[in-house]
Amino acid sequence: MKSGNILVALAGQPNCGKSTVFNAVTGASQHVANYPGVTVDKKTGWLRYNGSRFEVVDLPGTYSLTSYSPEERVARDFILHEKPAVVVNVTDASNLKRSLYLSFQLMEMEIPLILELNMMDVAEKRGVEIDVKNLEQRLGVKAVPTSMKNGKGKAELLLAIEGVAFQNDKRQSVRIDYGALEPYIKDVEDQLFQDTTIGTQYPLRWFALKLLEGDEAVSGLVQERHSRAEEFLSYVETLRSKFEERHAAAPEVHIAQRRYQAAEDIARTSIINLDPDKRTLTDKVDGVVCHRFAGPVILVGVIWLLYYLAIVQGYNLTNYTWPLLAKLRSLAESLTPAPGFIEIPLLRAFSLWFIDSINALLNYVPIFFILFALISILEDSGYMPRMAFIMDRLFGRFGLHGQSTLPMVLGGIYVGGCAVPGVMSCKGIPDERSRLATILIIPLLNCLAKVPLYVLLINIYFAAHKAWAMFFISTISLLMVLPVSKLLTLTVLKDKETAPFVMEMPPYHLPSVRGVLGRAIERVWLFIRKITTIVAAVAVVIFVLLQFPGLSAERMAYYEDGKDKAIAKFYKKIVKFPEHHTVLQGGSLMEMVNYWEEYKSAKMMTQGEEAMAALQGKFKSRNEDFFRIAQPQSKDDKKVNREFKKLVKARNKLLREMKKERIDNSFLGKLGKSLTPVTRYAGFDWKVNVALLSALAAKESSVATLGALYQPDESGQENQTLEQRMEGDSEGFTPLHALALMLFMVLYPPCLATTIAVKVQTGSVKWMLFSMVYPMFLGLSVAVLVFSGGTALGLTGLQAMWAFYGLALAITIAMGFVKNKTQYV
Amino acid sequence: MTLDQIKPGSHCRIKKLSIGNKLGQRLMDMGVYSGIKVKVLRNAPLKDPMELELDGYCMSLRHDEARFVEVEVL
Repeated sequence: MKSGNILVALAGQPNCGKSTVFNAVTGASQHVANYPGVTVDKKTGWLRYNGSRFEVVDLPGTYSLTSYSPEERVARDFILHEKPAVVVNVTDASNLKRSLYLSFQLMEMEIPLILELNMMDVAEKRGVEIDVKNLEQRLGVKAVPTSMKNGKGKAELLLAIEGVAFQNDKRQSVRIDYGALEPYIKDVEDQLFQDTTIGTQYPLRWFALKLLEGDEAVSGLVQERHSRAEEFLSYVETLRSKFEERHAAAPEVHIAQRRYQAAEDIARTSIINLDPDKRTLTDKVDGVVCHRFAGPVILVGVIWLLYYLAIVQGYNLTNYTWPLLAKLRSLAESLTPAPGFIEIPLLRAFSLWFIDSINALLNYVPIFFILFALISILEDSGYMPRMAFIMDRLFGRFGLHGQSTLPMVLGGIYVGGCAVPGVMSCKGIPDERSRLATILIIPLLNCLAKVPLYVLLINIYFAAHKAWAMFFISTISLLMVLPVSKLLTLTVLKDKETAPFVMEMPPYHLPSVRGVLGRAIERVWLFIRKITTIVAAVAVVIFVLLQFPGLSAERMAYYEDGKDKAIAKFYKKIVKFPEHHTVLQGGSLMEMVNYWEEYKSAKMMTQGEEAMAALQGKFKSRNEDFFRIAQPQSKDDKKVNREFKKLVKARNKLLREMKKERIDNSFLGKLGKSLTPVTRYAGFDWKVNVALLSALAAKESSVATLGALYQPDESGQENQTLEQRMEGDSEGFTPLHALALMLFMVLYPPCLATTIAVKVQTGSVKWMLFSMVYPMFLGLSVAVLVFSGGTALGLTGLQAMWAFYGLALAITIAMGFVKNKTQYV
Repeated sequence: MTLDQIKPGSHCRIKKLSIGNKLGQRLMDMGVYSGIKVKVLRNAPLKDPMELELDGYCMSLRHDEARFVEVEVL
């Protein structure tokens, strides 16, 4: 009888084609999550075979199974604690000798193992022949040659999995002889057996080996399980030093050495490499791609292309996808209670706010899709490690990593990136400290959403030096980001794990369309699933902060009065047109207002004469009387239309005023006012504060909120731009104020989408909060420095700008010389 | 002599790793162990890191890390 879920794990070194095997075996039924506590991907898939259900887990690719990196710990712990029925060790048949190093470690864990010799096609092309029978005999493990890319060997692999899972295939894997270390292993094994129950849960020999290797995680297990742990561990320590003294090599070195010798030995008898010294194509390509001059040029080209395709073309693509999201919004508009003349039902306001928040995120999907596909191409082709190779020296000086290049480019090294894909692409950085540093600084780069405020302020206050100001704002963020990253790695990230740079430069490889698209879709889907839930929660909070406590009854009465006056005025004006006057009586007036709004927005979304005619027909048939006002034909119609427009304008003015007052009055508005004692040193008044606070959800709203606060008050101002209004309204707002505000915007906390990306990438709420709080303090400090400092020194805006630039440049260079502590030394 | 002093284009043989810990383990896991032949392919455009070829594949490491690998020039 075969039933239940049988656990199968796939283990293997990086670049061995494990993902291809996983996809081929499980097909579409897979699921990606994170292993608890770490940001390593956990891929699970299911497979039905001969009536049994197998659960296949794709372990992270690792060269070894020590406990130094999260990937290795995850892979090892999974095998130790989940006890899979079968572990398939996927190997690159064209480079089998090296793969055996990991195979031996798996064998030592005494698990039912199958050796999959994958990529046989590549091996054949390179002239590598493998004597499978001999190999099986030497290892004592079932070996299955496959070429999963072409689906070859899949049937044999499944058969082997079934055979081992149900123990039809009982083989004893062969032990490696560790020579001089054997007596030590025996000693430790014996003691473990006598004093603990470890042997019932872990393979004893493996456990002893790990202790002799000095593995910390295994020592930790001893601490938990051994009654005299300290004594025993110090005994192991003396054994280790005794061995090292006698054999001039630490046990772990000796162990690795013996494994490689065994691999060498097996390779000699079962692997024939006909052409071992052929200068590979990869080496030739590297000669160009990593060349001192050509390398950086190619890198810049690749980066430009990536940026252009993902960010620029991606944004263009959103022009096509946005209408779909807009439809979602209009659907919500039609489903929620209709607005009154000045009363917006809370449910409606909330639903629309909610959908706007989600839409703002979903709007990124096309960008992400292109981006993830391109990243997959970079990964699969093997260019990614080369990129890190070229940039590591420069970024390494600031506590970053060669692999921080791509995230920083996407985040906006120059004006116009987007922090969300930037943060999302930090995944591959192996060094925890650099990865966190990169994630934390990306929001300080110049994303597209910061640009409107820059442009607004530059147009008003630096009009005479626009080009310089743009240059300043475009490049200053990099000069602040590098020292900040250095500072972070020297302080809060000081004790984070670092990893050696030691990195494989895999052979170049043509990516497959299926693989690239598959991964892009998978990652986009993961993003959508993770992000929407959190965004929903945060959107609610900000809505409440902006909406409540709302307007007092007294103020509402005031606006009601305004409404009544406006309506009375309208009726008085159209009394001359009895036909229209009757049509617009009572509730019909509000209906007309909504009809008008709908017609206007429908017209904006429609293009082409035919479509327009169809639209007009639709609205006409809905209500012919209303249509005559909306799209006037006769002279009378036109007059009523004009009056009606005035009414709508009056309504909008009331709505705007109410909105402004509601924001003023809201918790967020009060917060803005209560902050002025501090922010005035940075030159921000309460209006600026509120604008900045409201931008927490999305930076685009900073300008929108300023627009609402600096709204046209009198009729004369109505035709003025926001620039003119701001200039007129806020006396004493100088270029120095503007500079402080711009610099604050550079260092502004990440938008909602980014904070969530930070949460996803760091797997921690703590880092998410940190990423929001520290830029706020930093931004405020810089703004205060520039504003108060500039004021004290009597600098003009332009002088302060260059003074600050020089300061930032000097700090950046100085910071480049400060040494980071390397933990592995 | 240590690996970081080897000129691009030269071959050498690993004699000893003078570091344990994470870096040593990582180097061993990547196939850097005593007795194996290594060719230094090139330095990165900014001089660091360096690219090696050993046993039919390529890897990169920083000069700071290569300092811990004792070699003899072939």
